[in-house]
Amino acid sequence: MATTVEQLNETRAIVDQPASHRRYKWSVGRVLAFMALLLMTFLFIVPFLWMISTSLKDARVASDGKWIPDEFVWSNYTEAFSFNDLWGQWWLNTIIITVISVIGGVVSTSLVAYSFARLRWPGRDTVFSLVLATMMLPGIVVLIPQYILFSKLPAFGFQGSDNWINTFLPLVVPPFTGSAFYIFLMRQFMRGIPMEISEAAKIDGASELRIWGQIVLPLTKPAVAAIAIFTFQGAWEDFMGPLLYLQSEKLYTLQLGLRQFEFAAGGSVNWAWLMAGSLVIMLPVLVIFLIFQRFFIEGVTLTGMGGR
Amino acid sequence: MAQAIQGSAVRKQFLRPAVREALTGWLFAAPWIIGFLVFTVGPMLFSLYTSFTNYSITNDPVWIGTENYSNLFSDTYFYQSLGNTFWMVIVRIPLVTLASVGIALLLNMDLPGGKFFRTVFYLPQVLAGVAAIFLWKWILAPDGLFNNFLGLIGVPVNAQPGWFVDPLWTKPGLVIMGLWWIGGNILIYLAGLKGIPSSLYEAAEIDGASGWQKTLNITLPMLSPTIFFQVVTGIIGAFQIFSTAFVITGQNSNVGGPDGSLLFYVLYLYNRAFGRTGPATLQMGYASAMAWVLFVIILLVTAAQLWLAKKWVYYETEK
Repeated sequence: MATTVEQLNETRAIVDQPASHRRYKWSVGRVLAFMALLLMTFLFIVPFLWMISTSLKDARVASDGKWIPDEFVWSNYTEAFSFNDLWGQWWLNTIIITVISVIGGVVSTSLVAYSFARLRWPGRDTVFSLVLATMMLPGIVVLIPQYILFSKLPAFGFQGSDNWINTFLPLVVPPFTGSAFYIFLMRQFMRGIPMEISEAAKIDGASELRIWGQIVLPLTKPAVAAIAIFTFQGAWEDFMGPLLYLQSEKLYTLQLGLRQFEFAAGGSVNWAWLMAGSLVIMLPVLVIFLIFQRFFIEGVTLTGMGGR
Repeated sequence: MAQAIQGSAVRKQFLRPAVREALTGWLFAAPWIIGFLVFTVGPMLFSLYTSFTNYSITNDPVWIGTENYSNLFSDTYFYQSLGNTFWMVIVRIPLVTLASVGIALLLNMDLPGGKFFRTVFYLPQVLAGVAAIFLWKWILAPDGLFNNFLGLIGVPVNAQPGWFVDPLWTKPGLVIMGLWWIGGNILIYLAGLKGIPSSLYEAAEIDGASGWQKTLNITLPMLSPTIFFQVVTGIIGAFQIFSTAFVITGQNSNVGGPDGSLLFYVLYLYNRAFGRTGPATLQMGYASAMAWVLFVIILLVTAAQLWLAKKWVYYETEK
């Protein structure tokens, strides 16, 4: 774990590489390597292009193998979202769950990381090693008992349910306890901030909560951004959680809603609609990625969180 | 000077600074500690207990000793799901590792457009939801893009794979899909490559080493700790494959797709727990036993890797 601070610097080095205007040296090997990269780029992009192409086709000829549709059926985009009255509700549900998860995740992660990075308390290192240990814990071990737990916790009629099942609670409450990966990432960032800043604020009589909120939090913006973005993506695209906990259709998220295309069609899928719907649902994450990709990339490298 | 300041601050405060800081520390860490106890430790202990009971949430758990475990070890679906899961781990991890290390090596060659390439390779990783799985179900449909391409290069229609229809081709289909989601791995390997000191290469150049020699004798050994970490976490993830299989198999998810060829361990566990396979619904005892068995398998595999690591992972601090 000692290497992570070095890793931070390396990441910075990669991310902050100056735009290069220098001349590249070329050799046969390097030309071949460049062509290999171009080929890989093509392979990575093709699925997206195919998705766009299909989404604009007449459903009856969706599998004609043509890249440019004979006729551009823009109405796929409106029809995909009108076959079910609940789409508006599903958008709203997804946005609510995502926003609460992001806020909860960022605030609690930052508080907990502050405690590990900048406060001294007995048992701190032991607790932190527990945080690290949970990073390796397979989620499957807690899946069933968590479901049982949520089925016993009272919801007092929230969203019409006696217990937490069939409410948003199992999806939006756990983020408020922070996630091990992000706590780890945030702690690394906070350790890089000189302690003198905190000491000075303390002399002026600031409480730890104020030092956290007004001094340290603003200095960790890149980490906050990375965590917010990852939590956003995780919540937006979560499938297993909603599948387990949201049973009535009006509580569905977009991910569950997408599956209705298949079930509504009774086996034969309308691929044109499905691709149009999928594209629109992907769009928010895609846009956020393109705007904030720097933070994505920094975050991935720092947490070592590759193939989720 | 620090002491003088502390002295003046103490008078105003009710508690000694060290005690105060300790309390604040615990308070700030409380969200995680409470979450850990309530959502991790508690459930884990409870699940260990339920794995020795007959339990369906609505009834009280009935202690049945090791019956769930002994039933599990004579359950043909258990072995089938375990076999499918191991198949994925064994085929997918080496391919993912090869592809992502390969691309990272190319990206590390300081070619033009590096930033653009990085974005492109990471892009699919952003799209991990049901939408992306459907996209691949469509690409790998019998009359989908992939088979169209095979047709173009001369593979006759009757020889084209039936991807998610033919039990022989379902898992290879998932492996191909998985190769689209390696952007995160590539970035981590790239960071690892950037971290290799250039002095090592300079020294090798003085000794007249070729490009390949440098890759084999410097790059790969120096990258091996990163590879090791990625392989370990990748395997833990691959053992728990669920959503892709669940969405791909669609209405056949209760049997694990064609001939149960996509009945992965966690999918089978889900089916047992949420009542789509077997004698009763909500077989939480049986499912908990399954979860613990998988946990032990993952622990053993990880331990084996730690032991093997001594033979191939290079750590600078070693003598």
